[in-house]
Amino acid sequence: MIRFEDVGVRFDDRGKPVLRGVDLRVDEGELVLVVGATGSGKTTLLRCVNGLVPHFSGGTLSGRVTVDGRDTRTHRPRDLADIVGVVGQDPAAAFVTDTVEEELAYGMESLGVPGDDMRRRVEETLDLLGLAELRQRSLRTLSGGQQQRVAIGGVLAAHPRILVLDEPTSALDPVAAEEVLAALTRLVHDLGLTVLLAEHRLERVVQYADRVVVVEHGQVSSDLPAAAMATSPVSPPIVNLGRLAGWSPLPLSVRDARRAAGPIQAKLTGRTPVRVLRPAAIEGQGEPLLSARGLVVNRGRRPVLRGIDVAVRAGEVVALMGRNGSGKSTLLATACGQLPVRLGTVRAGGLDPASLRPRELLRHVGLVPQDPGLLLYAETVAAECRAADTDVRAAPGTTRGLLVLLAPDVEDSTHPRDLSEGQRLALALAVVLAGHPPLVLLDEPTRGLDYGAKTRLVASLRALAADGHGVLVATHDVELVAELADRVVVIADGELVTDGPAAAVLAGSPAFAPQVAKVMHPQPWLTVADVAAALAVS
Amino acid sequence: MNRAVHDPRLPRLLHPAAWWGWAIGLAMAASRTTNPLLLALVVAVAGYVVAARRELGAASPFGAFLRLGLFVITLRVLFQALLGSGVPGHTVLLTLPEVPLPLGSSGVRLGGPVTLEGVLVAAYDGARLAAVLACIGAANALASPRRLLRYVPATLYEVGTALVVALTYAPQLVEDAQRVRAARRLRGHAGRGPRELARLAVPVLDSALERSLDLAASMESRGYGRSVHRDARTRRRATALTLAGLCGVVAGVYGLLDGGSAPLLGLPLLVAGSTAAAASLAVGARRDPRSRYRPDPWAAPEWIVLASGLAAGGLVLVAAQRAVPGIVLQTSPAVWPTLPALPTLGLLLGLLPAWLSPMPPLRAALRASDPRHTRTQSLRYTS
Repeated sequence: MIRFEDVGVRFDDRGKPVLRGVDLRVDEGELVLVVGATGSGKTTLLRCVNGLVPHFSGGTLSGRVTVDGRDTRTHRPRDLADIVGVVGQDPAAAFVTDTVEEELAYGMESLGVPGDDMRRRVEETLDLLGLAELRQRSLRTLSGGQQQRVAIGGVLAAHPRILVLDEPTSALDPVAAEEVLAALTRLVHDLGLTVLLAEHRLERVVQYADRVVVVEHGQVSSDLPAAAMATSPVSPPIVNLGRLAGWSPLPLSVRDARRAAGPIQAKLTGRTPVRVLRPAAIEGQGEPLLSARGLVVNRGRRPVLRGIDVAVRAGEVVALMGRNGSGKSTLLATACGQLPVRLGTVRAGGLDPASLRPRELLRHVGLVPQDPGLLLYAETVAAECRAADTDVRAAPGTTRGLLVLLAPDVEDSTHPRDLSEGQRLALALAVVLAGHPPLVLLDEPTRGLDYGAKTRLVASLRALAADGHGVLVATHDVELVAELADRVVVIADGELVTDGPAAAVLAGSPAFAPQVAKVMHPQPWLTVADVAAALAVS
Repeated sequence: MNRAVHDPRLPRLLHPAAWWGWAIGLAMAASRTTNPLLLALVVAVAGYVVAARRELGAASPFGAFLRLGLFVITLRVLFQALLGSGVPGHTVLLTLPEVPLPLGSSGVRLGGPVTLEGVLVAAYDGARLAAVLACIGAANALASPRRLLRYVPATLYEVGTALVVALTYAPQLVEDAQRVRAARRLRGHAGRGPRELARLAVPVLDSALERSLDLAASMESRGYGRSVHRDARTRRRATALTLAGLCGVVAGVYGLLDGGSAPLLGLPLLVAGSTAAAASLAVGARRDPRSRYRPDPWAAPEWIVLASGLAAGGLVLVAAQRAVPGIVLQTSPAVWPTLPALPTLGLLLGLLPAWLSPMPPLRAALRASDPRHTRTQSLRYTS
């Protein structure tokens, strides 16, 4: 169906090629997972399939890509629109129309599908992806998961035979991600659709794949999932657990892993994880750095937070979880005084953040927004660091020093836009930390981060907590929470649902349980590191 | 065609062109009178129909257009008071301190006496513009311009698409600016002042540019512009006809609306222009391979709405042509406005769609679910 023959891509004549020597064959009806670290060339590979590279992106493509016999050199993306459907990383950015129904029809209109067929296919697609209730809704009012399903529906309705998805679940909460993936697997099984899928959160998708393509430094190798995972530079926790325990073949799903987990569970019976919990987190002592009481906040006329009580104390890392649209970002924005409080109080370091002048605000609370790029304005990393020093009147070099600790390999002359996701996050965090705020808030920091960048982030945030900072992280990433958080706060519809120690909250809920917890159930292990530490002692 | 669509009792969205035609009729009426009572009537008619037939949950720019209108009136009066402008007047309301201008030239002054006549001329003029704005606002509230743009003829498809994209991006640009400004606060700046603005412009434009590239990629990969393989000659002919037609229509409308020009010039030009435009659409659409999803039907209710708007405009136009007293209000000496019969009747015809057009579906559903629903309650569900 898709053939890459000795394909190379370079965007810059002098620079390194983004892809080189790629030979790849994807057969009809396969679900192929593309994995690799950030910046390895996954997105470029995907965009080659429908000719966006090089027709749209520029650059030079050598070798040959054929899709269903059509050469992408002679066929522009629009000429391939009837065979290939592409869903990009940010579904909202790709919407052309403004209601669900029109968006589903848009592709078909361009392809000239007759009116009656179009009507029928829209209805079918609405049912297939569970969108019937939303058919007349405006796209901008949908939640992230709904938007993602509409974006998939929009390309599916045109009946392509190949679906290309770039990180379809990275912005979704665990339940919404499962919904989208379930819809995808159904399509593969029922319609024989060929799917090419790139994803960082392997724990969510690897079990569904027929084959895994590993992209490393622009080179591509493909293998069966279990074999590819044995050597892949990126791997989900379940595979890491399998490697640790020496299981063969490596399990990819929780079900397989549980069957193999008997011996290791027997070895660990009666042991409990040695988690280094901060005293503050255990005893709930000390003045809270952030405290919200009965907090009600509106967006427009709609109350998004409906009376929340949350506290974050010095030295603890708190994870804030909940569905897309449950009010996580609103809570963080309110804690920085960005949104007016309607009822109740919010205090950061004992002060009302909305009443603080921006310059003072920096000394009490820092927020890294969902898109860390929003904090960055300068042309180069060095200029950004200097600007941050002046912003907070810190000694020159403060921010740069922090950045070296967070991400050692960032060069001074790079434009912030050209940094990898992980490096950009590190830079934004360094900029925020320059003001020494006791309270650090992060909104969805792991979007687009590979496992390596995530591990570094966990280490930096734990170091901050050990240093006496209070850290509040809003995230969908249960694996991150398992490794990072002392305490988990779950909110739904703007109300507090759960507030408790991470181990108890995560292990207790099927939606939020990390993979290791599911495998080791009923034993209370959350991460591979916990298990490894316990095994090392015994 | 489904016969039920002829019945105004079937809840559905009306064809956007019908609403826009209706609003143009009202605007035409407003543009030909300076009588504040008639102008107020135009605004009231537009407002009532909007209140009765706006779809729930749709954006309602009507209020914003009203405010814009008030602003126009205020501005107009202020300038008149400050600068004067050759309007002869004897009733001096107050005298502002006059600033002597070095040139001492003709007609231009700063400050000085403010006359009732001058203020009235300015206010009536402003009110006329405000009423036209209200009509546009009503059309926007009843049928979003985006829906109207779906019916841009194939010949102008690219232009239409560009407009749709612009319509999406303007509000998103505002959102982006707000986000960037909020983020600026996190860096310890208030985000105000010219230097800050310059700083903010770069990230805002950056993200806007990035977003448009994303959108373009998405449109490209979904087949936009795919099969328009019309030969160059047909396309050129269609474009030329379209442009000629549009010019004709514009000139004709101007001729009709501008009381100063020869009345007989307007109508023939309008007819000729419309014919040319229609021909161009036929030529252009003949080989258009695109299809349209669920096109709105054009049935009896559409005709009724369009006719009521055009009747309103037409009757006022006729009255103006015949110089019916009270259409153009005398300002020197100032008189109390009255309501002349013919134009009033015409404008009231414009009110008919409030009953004779179909209810929008969501609004109908809400009403069906609970007949006692008041307007405020319904607002709570939609906002």
